[in-house]
Amino acid sequence: MAERVGVYVCHCGSNIAGTVDVEDVAKWASENIADVAVSREYKFMCSSLGQQIIEEDIKTQGLSRVVVAACSPLLHEKTFRRACEHAGLNPYLFQMANIREQVSWVTEDKTAATQKAKLSVAAAAQRIKHQRPLQPSQVSVNPATLVVGGGIAGIQATLELADSGYHVYLVEREPSIGGHMAQFDKTFPTLDCSACILTPKMSEVGQHEHVTLLTYSELEEVSGSVGNFKVKVRKRARHVKEDVCNGCGICSQKCPKKLIDHGFEAGFGQRKAIYTPFPQAVPRTPVIDTEACVWFQRQKCRVCEKLCPAGAIDFEQQDQIVELEVGNIILATGWKLFDCTKLPQYGYRRLPNVYSAMEFERMCNAAGPTSGKIVLRDGKTEPESVAIIHCVGSRDSGHHSYCSNVCCMAALKFGHLVLEKTNADVYSFYIDLRTSHKDYEEFYQRLLGEGMHFVRGKVAEVTNADRMPLETGKLIVQLEDTLLGRQRRVPVDMVILMGALEPQADATEVGRTCGIACGAAGWFTERHPKLDPVATMTDGIFVAGVCQGPKDIPASVAQGAAAAARVGGMIAKGTVTIEPITASVDEERCSGCRICNALCPYSAIEFDEEKEVSRVNVALCKGCGTCVAACPAGAITGAHFTDDQILAEIEGALWDVRPSGGEQPAAGALVQCAVDSG
Amino acid sequence: MKCAYYPGCSLESSSAAYDVSVREVADMLRIELLEIDDWNCCGATEYFSQDELTAAAVVARNLALVDPQLDQLVAPCAACYLNLKKTDHLMAENPKLCEKVNQALAAGGLHHRPGRVRVRHLLDVIHTDVGEAAVRDKVVRPLSGVRVAPYYGCQVVRPFTDFDNPEYPMKLDELFTWLGAEVVDYPAKAYCCGGHMTQISESQAFELIRRLLQCAASRNADLIACMCPMCQLNLDAYQGQVNGHFRSNFSLPIVFFTQLLGVAFGIEAKRLGFGKEIVPAETVIRDRLGLPELSNVPQT
Repeated sequence: MAERVGVYVCHCGSNIAGTVDVEDVAKWASENIADVAVSREYKFMCSSLGQQIIEEDIKTQGLSRVVVAACSPLLHEKTFRRACEHAGLNPYLFQMANIREQVSWVTEDKTAATQKAKLSVAAAAQRIKHQRPLQPSQVSVNPATLVVGGGIAGIQATLELADSGYHVYLVEREPSIGGHMAQFDKTFPTLDCSACILTPKMSEVGQHEHVTLLTYSELEEVSGSVGNFKVKVRKRARHVKEDVCNGCGICSQKCPKKLIDHGFEAGFGQRKAIYTPFPQAVPRTPVIDTEACVWFQRQKCRVCEKLCPAGAIDFEQQDQIVELEVGNIILATGWKLFDCTKLPQYGYRRLPNVYSAMEFERMCNAAGPTSGKIVLRDGKTEPESVAIIHCVGSRDSGHHSYCSNVCCMAALKFGHLVLEKTNADVYSFYIDLRTSHKDYEEFYQRLLGEGMHFVRGKVAEVTNADRMPLETGKLIVQLEDTLLGRQRRVPVDMVILMGALEPQADATEVGRTCGIACGAAGWFTERHPKLDPVATMTDGIFVAGVCQGPKDIPASVAQGAAAAARVGGMIAKGTVTIEPITASVDEERCSGCRICNALCPYSAIEFDEEKEVSRVNVALCKGCGTCVAACPAGAITGAHFTDDQILAEIEGALWDVRPSGGEQPAAGALVQCAVDSG
Repeated sequence: MKCAYYPGCSLESSSAAYDVSVREVADMLRIELLEIDDWNCCGATEYFSQDELTAAAVVARNLALVDPQLDQLVAPCAACYLNLKKTDHLMAENPKLCEKVNQALAAGGLHHRPGRVRVRHLLDVIHTDVGEAAVRDKVVRPLSGVRVAPYYGCQVVRPFTDFDNPEYPMKLDELFTWLGAEVVDYPAKAYCCGGHMTQISESQAFELIRRLLQCAASRNADLIACMCPMCQLNLDAYQGQVNGHFRSNFSLPIVFFTQLLGVAFGIEAKRLGFGKEIVPAETVIRDRLGLPELSNVPQT
């Protein structure tokens, strides 16, 4: 029995109808394409009225196949599939032709657009006659979740889920959770003490019955798919037994090896070879830095072992691989600071009193190396003038074109702290001041009132090459003041560089491990920048915080909570629907060559040793088609992408070059053609 | 390695010391410099602001004259280097200009295809191609004790940034480290020397020169090493007038970096063009190195 195909051409207001003659397309389809029983055009097919037309036609006209020519299937495929299902038609007997993104939006030539729209409709209508009903399957969702990164975004996500009663594995690379927020002194614009609002959350994570904390650990491998991921985590050897150590800190006190701390203290302070990064660290268990430890380097010392009252030191400890099973993964891997030596004209690491923003955070912090005193590199002199340079590495075509979002406000915060703690003059050298969230502009107004000087212009250089008596012994900030319209040289004692926020050095690698992509700037790509900001293109993988793009603490917390809510929703539902678009092996034809086994990017193909045939695990298969194309025996079929479906689609797309007389080339002839041309 | 060599006008006259020292040093480092036959002036800094097409054609003639067997061209003068590079770049970017330039060259039976010849500064060749090991290997008389202020100027590092940081270049600093010199951290290293401003506004020019001299002097530099004939001329020949203008008493020898390379390589001072500078350099170097006569040092 011939199929009865319904074709629906959408105007999308004027989005499509402005360029494509939709009436002509609908009329053409009904007159030319075989088996088209109904062909209509309508203003908005996705509206409930539009969907109703389809549903009515399925019922009254006995349609067995539906084609909608409208926007991208990414937007409304689900909508129309649902409508078909509602009217009793299997949703996989529906096909979408994209005549908006791929036709009307990319040309102004109405004739060409109408012609291409016809071909797109023909391709879909030819293909759909070969489509078969498919049934999606359901898999259960493991209620445990993996959160990668223990900064504020990861902490928030962890607590939201754990407080709902779901188990969370929180993996953190550093010896303690807390992230960058733990390094800050104050937070803008409220000037809350950063530690005071963060550490309660940290200890809550550390003590939560539903949280397994894996610090000093890194994500190594992810397999499986949404609902059922298998994860391997490398738990690096701390050389301190976590279950024995009581965190008394004698080991760090007595350790003879001191070195510059490029981690928590941002290169501004020191730590020992055995250390906990900061007093409120969670967990309190220290780690031994084997690169610095005298025992590991020269087989001498072991002072910590001798003095540890609990006997917790273990020089023999090895890295451990921990295997976890989780239903969903939230990446909250954060950021790192731009390397300010890449702008040598600002003198960072060459001129002693030029500081990076993170160094200055540590300087301001009461628990930091200077006990919160703002002093020059000599450790005692209070500066009489301080310059804060904005956009160091941000909004700079040579480095990062993006705005790092938080630096303007952090610069205002620094300005406030300097004015509060010293008698210094404070200059902000900015390109534009961006203070666009709740209470932020008010904070800027406050700093104006406090007497911070704002100078608009991109700083050309910071130099110690003095030219005038007043400049001797000073750092001179040279710039064009674009409001005054003249060059200025501002002599100061201290310079703070507001470096850009950058993706972590291994962000791309972590993305690859989890099967998600990074954008051009290196941040993780969300599923939709506006409407789906914490999901990714891989089901079950979510992102939160700065790893998705520069943002401040409130936004990071919001994303952490949002990602947790998405995961919580999936756990509450209990199952996920798996698309039935998977590959299957015809065991009669499989020769057992195993070529497909190695090619499958999702490790979804298993080999049955007994029968000597390959078999696809549909829970893991993503329907990518790699095995289908590679199988030398043609034994593998990709559901919804079978050879006859694809060839029919090609035939439709080539409608205008068919042999004259309306005779359709047989699919077989095309196959022969493809074989002949190799 | 073999490279075409474009000395440029300055190196034939005011900066003859640069030319001879370049040839000596290149010889020592086995860089074979083959001078372009019948080369002409690059138009210096002014021509391009007058008439782009003519200026480009004048420069392109030199590029077209490069031996077809050679694909690299070395120009020690900063202005020549920039003009040659700029012309090649303009011709590559702008097909219409390229066509017109080639129409002009055709009158002399010449043609230039942009990108055929890579224009390079000698510092780049020595730093990148010869490299640290080979340079250090040639040093027989380390410049220990000589405090050198490396001066890059504008045109070698800007706007083309192929081989060094345009804001705070370091390659010349590194080269002098290889020679054993005490390299002064010279923050004015990429400032402008004023170019031809001495001819237009003396007081402006003198201030630009003074800031360079003062910055080096306040860091106790023994001398300034430069890479550009214009820079050398301004800092050396106008030093007396600058002193008069500001009542200062700078006495800083200004040499070409290749002259110091030659000293470190043990080449006789007179073969390196010493003595042509106005503020004498030879005595400073001799004192610092504790050598009675530079020329008495044995050759390798």
